[in-house]
Amino acid sequence: MTDSLLRTPLCTWHESHGGRMVDFAGWWMPVQYASIVDEHLAARNAAGLFDVSHMGRLAIDGPDSQAWLESLLTRRVSDMLPGQCRYTLVTSDAGSADGLAVLDDALVAREADAADGSPRMSMVVNASNRAAVVAWLRSRLPKAGVTLVDRTSDTAMIAVQGPLAVALVCGLCPPADAERIRGLGVYRATQAVVAGVPAAVSRTGYTGEDGVEVVVPAAEATSVWEAILTAGADRGARACGLGARDTLRLEAGMPLYGHELQATSDPFALGLGLAVNLETPSGSSREFPGAASLRRMKSHAADRVRVGLAFDSKRSAREGSLVVAAGGTADTPLGIVTSGSFAPSLGHAVAMALVDRSAAAAGTMVDVMIRDAAQPARVVPLPFYRRPAARG
Amino acid sequence: MAAEMKFAKTHEWIRPEADGVATVGISAYAVEALTDLVFMQLPAVGKKVKAGESFGEIESVKAVSDLYAPVSGEIVAVNTALPGQLDLLGKDPYGAGWVMKIRPDDPAEMSALLDQAAYDAVIKNASH
Repeated sequence: MTDSLLRTPLCTWHESHGGRMVDFAGWWMPVQYASIVDEHLAARNAAGLFDVSHMGRLAIDGPDSQAWLESLLTRRVSDMLPGQCRYTLVTSDAGSADGLAVLDDALVAREADAADGSPRMSMVVNASNRAAVVAWLRSRLPKAGVTLVDRTSDTAMIAVQGPLAVALVCGLCPPADAERIRGLGVYRATQAVVAGVPAAVSRTGYTGEDGVEVVVPAAEATSVWEAILTAGADRGARACGLGARDTLRLEAGMPLYGHELQATSDPFALGLGLAVNLETPSGSSREFPGAASLRRMKSHAADRVRVGLAFDSKRSAREGSLVVAAGGTADTPLGIVTSGSFAPSLGHAVAMALVDRSAAAAGTMVDVMIRDAAQPARVVPLPFYRRPAARG
Repeated sequence: MAAEMKFAKTHEWIRPEADGVATVGISAYAVEALTDLVFMQLPAVGKKVKAGESFGEIESVKAVSDLYAPVSGEIVAVNTALPGQLDLLGKDPYGAGWVMKIRPDDPAEMSALLDQAAYDAVIKNASH
């Protein structure tokens, strides 16, 4: 059965280092090595290494590549310069009654230009949505001017996250590359030689920590991974699995497609309006698949909005748990949990939920039905966790 | 471990004590598999359970697991120290990490459970 699962270039390493492997979106991935809590805290206090090679990496090249994405994505890309990354949604207007299906959330980047001066673009998409996004994009490709290549299986992607992450990676680069990486602002990227391997390095992540995501050829993945881990081991750097990846992103208030974000979601209700540019900088309308529906959503505020919930116990609500008024019952829910877990950096359980606007003000007390027991929770602003004041 | 300790396939252990009471806990194998324990729900003293029925919950960061009664009977004591000190389960799963004490309706029910050797074979075969 596990023979049909996809393996990242680092799978053998995970298996031989205590990785507890599971099927995640059709990939054989480590949930944890020893302890999710230990791995989570390593990323917060030192550096965590995450194999995120399962995520889809798409290369979009050709003279019309940037303009084509401008016509397709919810986010403006036409004004992106080489080395910039932006968070966007991928929306289609195909096959839905009201003209909008959110297919994924993604990072789009402009790479260094091609030798002939054409722009080169890239996207990183969720593993679970790669097939659907690629099919959608291919269905919209023009006959010429744009090429789309799925680079996922040629490459590996390693996220290094935490207060020591940037220094750790820079220590494995030539001085000029290290200087350039240190100088990257968030959502900026560069090319660098990391542990002897040419890599794309972006100052991005999914943890709320400082750090980078490093893309290397698949054949070099293990040597780069081991070089980073070895260099940082005595300072607390640790390999981290998907379990810690989830608790980290939850504490950071970051959405996960399939949980907070779904095909029929209202991005504005989720607080993801920054991913939707309905206008150009000069104020003229941007048109892209689903734009009309998004305009309607923006002008007609949704009934339910995303909030954070903090519990005073460690008992966790999970996705699907009903939110009810304090002292209320499951017969009259006023919301639903989209993600929930114990938060290792906080010492108590937290959840993200979609709740009625009437219950969305910070400080509102609600009950959450956890296996038929009502657990009190307080609405709190997101994120739950902010890292201590940043680099100098 | 005492020779008369028995195990359920669901990884609870049961050990007959004096006065017809038996102590119940979670096997070392199951505790080690759970990792990152964060919460435990114990039953009320006096609760009557049937063999195989859930009598409580143990929660790790990733998931909640039910605890299943190895035999039918009445719960006569619970380890109230445990929920606030979950690391006892890992440190001493057969001693200080005991979960509850039950008065079995029929002590003969225990003979249907797995002895140490049979349980060891079960966990050896389990993929992890």
